[in-house]
Amino acid sequence: MWLRYCPRSILRRRHIELTSSAPFVHQLHTSRADRSHSYYDGLYHGHIHTTPFQKALLAVGSGVAALQDPYRHDMVAVLGETTGHLALVNLRDRMRNDPEGYTILTERPRIRLSTLDLKNMASLPDGSFGREYLRFLEDNNVTPDSRAQVKFVDDEELAYVMLRYREVHDLLHTLLGMPTNMLGEVVVKWFEAAQTGLPMCALGAVLGPLRLNASRLQSLFTSLGPWALRNGRGARCVLNIFYERRWDQNLEDLRQELHIEPPPVTLHSPRKT
Amino acid sequence: MAASVRTFVRSLSRKNAGFSAVLRLSDCRWFSGKAEERSTHFGFETVSETEKASKVYKVFENVAQKYDVMNDAMSLGIHRLWKDALLHVMHPQPGARLLDVAGGTGDIAFRFLEYVRSQQERQQRRAVLLGQTPSWQDVSDRYPDGGGAPESAVVVCDINKEMLKVGRQRADSRGVTTGLSWVVGDAEELPFNDDQFDLYTIAFGIRNVTHIDQALKEALRVLKPGGRFLCLEFSKVTNPVLERLYDVYSFQVIPVLGEVIAGDWKSYQYLVESIRKFPDQEEFKGLMEDSGFFCVQYFNLTGGVVALHSGFKL
Repeated sequence: MWLRYCPRSILRRRHIELTSSAPFVHQLHTSRADRSHSYYDGLYHGHIHTTPFQKALLAVGSGVAALQDPYRHDMVAVLGETTGHLALVNLRDRMRNDPEGYTILTERPRIRLSTLDLKNMASLPDGSFGREYLRFLEDNNVTPDSRAQVKFVDDEELAYVMLRYREVHDLLHTLLGMPTNMLGEVVVKWFEAAQTGLPMCALGAVLGPLRLNASRLQSLFTSLGPWALRNGRGARCVLNIFYERRWDQNLEDLRQELHIEPPPVTLHSPRKT
Repeated sequence: MAASVRTFVRSLSRKNAGFSAVLRLSDCRWFSGKAEERSTHFGFETVSETEKASKVYKVFENVAQKYDVMNDAMSLGIHRLWKDALLHVMHPQPGARLLDVAGGTGDIAFRFLEYVRSQQERQQRRAVLLGQTPSWQDVSDRYPDGGGAPESAVVVCDINKEMLKVGRQRADSRGVTTGLSWVVGDAEELPFNDDQFDLYTIAFGIRNVTHIDQALKEALRVLKPGGRFLCLEFSKVTNPVLERLYDVYSFQVIPVLGEVIAGDWKSYQYLVESIRKFPDQEEFKGLMEDSGFFCVQYFNLTGGVVALHSGFKL
């Protein structure tokens, strides 16, 4: 029982998602809900083996489904997983080459309500990253637990990179100061497309604007869009930041560290307007 | 004597499900082991028998909302033809009582009601055309205290409440109010008395039952003497070329459709695997004969993709 002898402080700081390469440790850490799946037949929990033909079908089908109903987040997720292999390899290599990114790959932190200390974050000063993130969650009425599981990526480390990318998406909203309305989501997608090169982001970036009205389109193409692309290309890889250890860092400092300019236009979240 | 022992066993088994496997008269298996320890298949996976029932329940709970859409997508609409064929073979007459087990969303029940109503209209038109003297039906109808012919009715029985809920919503939207009732029940232990129904159907449900022989025995029990048992189920394809195509389609395309349309890959993977585990046409015919059905015959539809089995209780 390794976990019993670990000092509590380490347990609280480290939120380890263990891999199938260490099965005995995984079984110790398995939550009650997962216990029935301790003998999953994939590379990781939730993994489903697919042939290339099935992946192609999935990519086409999920693309059509996501276009017809943009609220089908699971379809957007499936599209990302089936089309993103090369981009994920690229991201994983960038993470390996960065010291902080390498730490993330080994420690595998997860951003979930159960791993966030919300009370502590609420007590942080205004302007700090943690406080602004919490404000973002409250203003837009979202939760970090709503991310879809990774199912169709056939490498366990790449699956983690995909998962990390999904979990960092909300933090990106905070970093860029974008709300979760359509315009904000499109701006974040443009940034992500420039940063990660995931085909799903590119598709979202191209097709998202089709749903915007004229004034928002203008704002997108004149100020927000170029800003997002410029920063996406120039910023440090956002997956390389160990956000869980930087809650008390000032948001402006963090932006400067990542080479992200503050947004040219302040957009208001849906609740405020 | 046999009946009283049977009811005694049934009352015991209701109180203590764990020992029911041991006491079941039909099997006469004197194990000391309980049902939970006997294993069965769940698709290609091996699970304990009690686990299978709850896993199947969960599958249908998940797919209930998109069940009809998925049926159309997976079978390219052909499932409607299969169900129509079932009704044509059944050829129910007005006044028949049907029990549709695993009838969930009500496809068979709605078709039955429509068929019977059209049969009734046909009979009335024929009577008018031939200008016959009033039948006993008309004579009894004119008596002051009624005495009309028994109305045809269908009871839809399903173990899964979500599926029944979807069925009820469909009935409401179609405006079907009479002649239909919805009952939660287990095919292996039906909540009906003996000799109740003229017709018993189970369409694409019997492969999900843990003990098929038990479901067949229950079917025999609730049918009236002369009643007919009809089972529509996926079966073995006879043509080898079609079989290869069918396999490729089942394993490559159907789970993808499940993921894209219903957001549930695993339930549809279970579906195609459970089809492979079900006995083929001749084996199922043998099971029916063993359970006590007579004149058992089967019809292959779509080259054996689906088989329609029929038997009588005499």
